[in-house]
Formats: sequence, C-alpha cells, structure tokens
Amino acid sequence: MKSSRIKSATLPLLLAGLLLAGSARATDAEHIRASHAWIRVLPGALPAGAYVTLENDGDRPVALRGASSSVYAEVMLHRSSREGGVSRMAMVDALNVPAHGKAELAPAGYHLMLMRARAPVKVGDTVTLTLQFGDGSTLATDFIARPANAMDAGDEHAMPSMDHGAMPHGH
Amino acid sequence: MKPRHWLRPALLLLLLATGVLLGGCHRGEPLPLRLTNISGHMPDLDFKLTDDNGKAVTGADYHGKVVLLYFGYTHCPDVCPLTLAQLHVVMQRLGPLADGARILFVSVDPARDTPAIMHGYVNAFDKRAVGLVGDARSVEALSKRYRSAFTREPSAADGSYEVSHSSAIYVFDRDGRARVLATPSASQDDLVHDLHLLLDTGATS
Ligand SMILES: [Cu+2]
Repeated sequence: MKSSRIKSATLPLLLAGLLLAGSARATDAEHIRASHAWIRVLPGALPAGAYVTLENDGDRPVALRGASSSVYAEVMLHRSSREGGVSRMAMVDALNVPAHGKAELAPAGYHLMLMRARAPVKVGDTVTLTLQFGDGSTLATDFIARPANAMDAGDEHAMPSMDHGAMPHGH
Repeated sequence: MKPRHWLRPALLLLLLATGVLLGGCHRGEPLPLRLTNISGHMPDLDFKLTDDNGKAVTGADYHGKVVLLYFGYTHCPDVCPLTLAQLHVVMQRLGPLADGARILFVSVDPARDTPAIMHGYVNAFDKRAVGLVGDARSVEALSKRYRSAFTREPSAADGSYEVSHSSAIYVFDRDGRARVLATPSASQDDLVHDLHLLLDTGATS
C-alpha cells in the first residue's frame, strides 16, 4: 500500500478482503483437479467438443462457469440431452462439482464447445483451455487433441471396452 | 368336372406365389433380433439425395448392403460424432463382414452441409460411412418416412445455430427392408449381434 491518501477508503475493503480470504482458505480452482482432458477434433473448421473430469477436494461445491482459450475464438459450456428420442444441445450457465466429489464432462452430456479455431488443431496437439470457476479463479488445463472417432482421452485411460461398451445415455 | 383342369395349375401357381411372398418377407423363421424389431412396421429404404462425392443416389443404390441410417449434422460436436464413433467400433467388431454394410449419415442441416464437408466428416469416422445431403424437402420427406423429426433451433448472435434431431439408428437389410431400430443407449453387443444376423442372411434380391 503505497498511498496513504486513500487509506480511509481502502481500509474497510482490505479488511473485508482479509476476512473473505480467511474463511475461504483457497480459491475454487485450488480445490479442483482436472484429468482425462481431451478434445475431439473434427475436420475443417467445424466446432469441436472438449471433455474433462473435475474432482473437488474442498468442503464446498465448486461451479464450473466456462472456459477460454487462445486457440479458439469462442468456448461455451454446453449440455447435450436426449428426450423422447430427440437429441438436442443447449448452453448452460454452470456445472456443479460437488464437495469431495467429481463431475465429468463426457460425450453426450456436458462438454465445452470450441468454436472458430484460430489455427488448425491437429490430432496429437496439446491445447490449453483455461477453466473458469464461480469465484472467478481459473485453472489452465492441457487438453490432448484426439481423432474424430476416439471414444475417450486415449492410451493411458483405457480404450472403451470392446465387448461391453453400452452406447451412452443422453444426459 | 372340366374346370378342374385349369383349377389345379391355378391353385399351384397361387401356392407358389404365396410361398415366394412369404419367403421373400421372412425367409422362413423370423430372425432372432435382439434390438427393437421393426420388420413390417417401417417402410423400405427409399430416398433421392446426393452422396458425399456429389453423386445423385437413391435408396436402391444401397440394395445389397445392410444399411445403418442415422440423421445428424456436421456442426454437432458432441452427440453425432459420438454416435458415428460408436458405429465405427461396431463396424470394426464385424471385421470383414462390415464391407457388406454402409452407414448412411443424412444431414438435417441442408443450409451448411455440402457434399465436400460431409465427405471429410464421415471419412474421419469410418470408410464405410456415406454422407447424404439434399434440399430441405427431400430430407424432411425421408425423416418423416421413419417418423423421425428435426428442428432448427434459433440462431445465436453470431449466426450459429443447433439442430435438434432424432437420435435413432435405423437398420435395413440387404433388400432395403427396415429391420431394427437402435437407440443410442442400445448395447453395442446387441447391435453387433443383429448386424451379424442381417449380414449372414447373405442373399440379396
Ligand atoms: Cu455443444
């Protein structure tokens, strides 16, 4: 605090900030662990879907609000659903990651929709998406670019079981 | 007494004709399909569209192949790719038999999907997948034919839009007859099983 002129104005704010920091202990992002992060790359300039598993080790739920990326001009949090035999997709405001629990962005459910790539993304590339949480904190996460017909994040995360893979439910 | 002379051959003909009809429809025992059996409940494969090479095609062009018909669009980044990826896995499991099958991916987004875009898209999933496009009326006719539907949702500020569409996969036998309805939640094992049956039935007409 260099200036003493505005001290009277900033002091209450500073105190409030300290109180908040004291009770919250850590930001949302600090409680989240991201894994299985991958992008399904589609040919040409088509929008792509990004998937990730989020685990929350905190005592309070954390809301994923969306994400941003230097590679895609637009990133939206979406949810696919299937009702009465009809598939649809809609934007959602947030995805809740329960306290001491996890939330999955996975095909046919929640996903980040990546639009208007500034440069072509090729299979095998790593793309950083910055996840944004309810308290404004962010988490830079590396996503691996996978082929269009991939089923999941790949090698280290076991391919879909070849004989028992059920087709997904739309939610 | 005289009429008998012509009655007998006539009866014989009638019996033969019935036999041919029954044989044609059921080939003896009904197939022990595991998924929803729509034999006789949905019309034969019939359409006039353009394939992803820009060639005009009809349902008859796919007679001789077992057809998996699915409606979707290329700007669909989640559900359509997932379904096509799953169908690719199913085709892989069929091994060489899969050459007797075709995935027909019909675009419900005539405004954006061109044969060229469809070509790149379907081939990213499976080499036995064909992308089909057509004007809104032709696609709607095909969709209605199978009691399926699609709706273009309102555009966003940037002009992008989504299309809600039927999630079903319709399976036709080599003669273009509707046989099986698979939902995306159907077990892959069951789909592989049913495709085996339809592919093994071999003979085409
Ligand atoms: Cu989406």
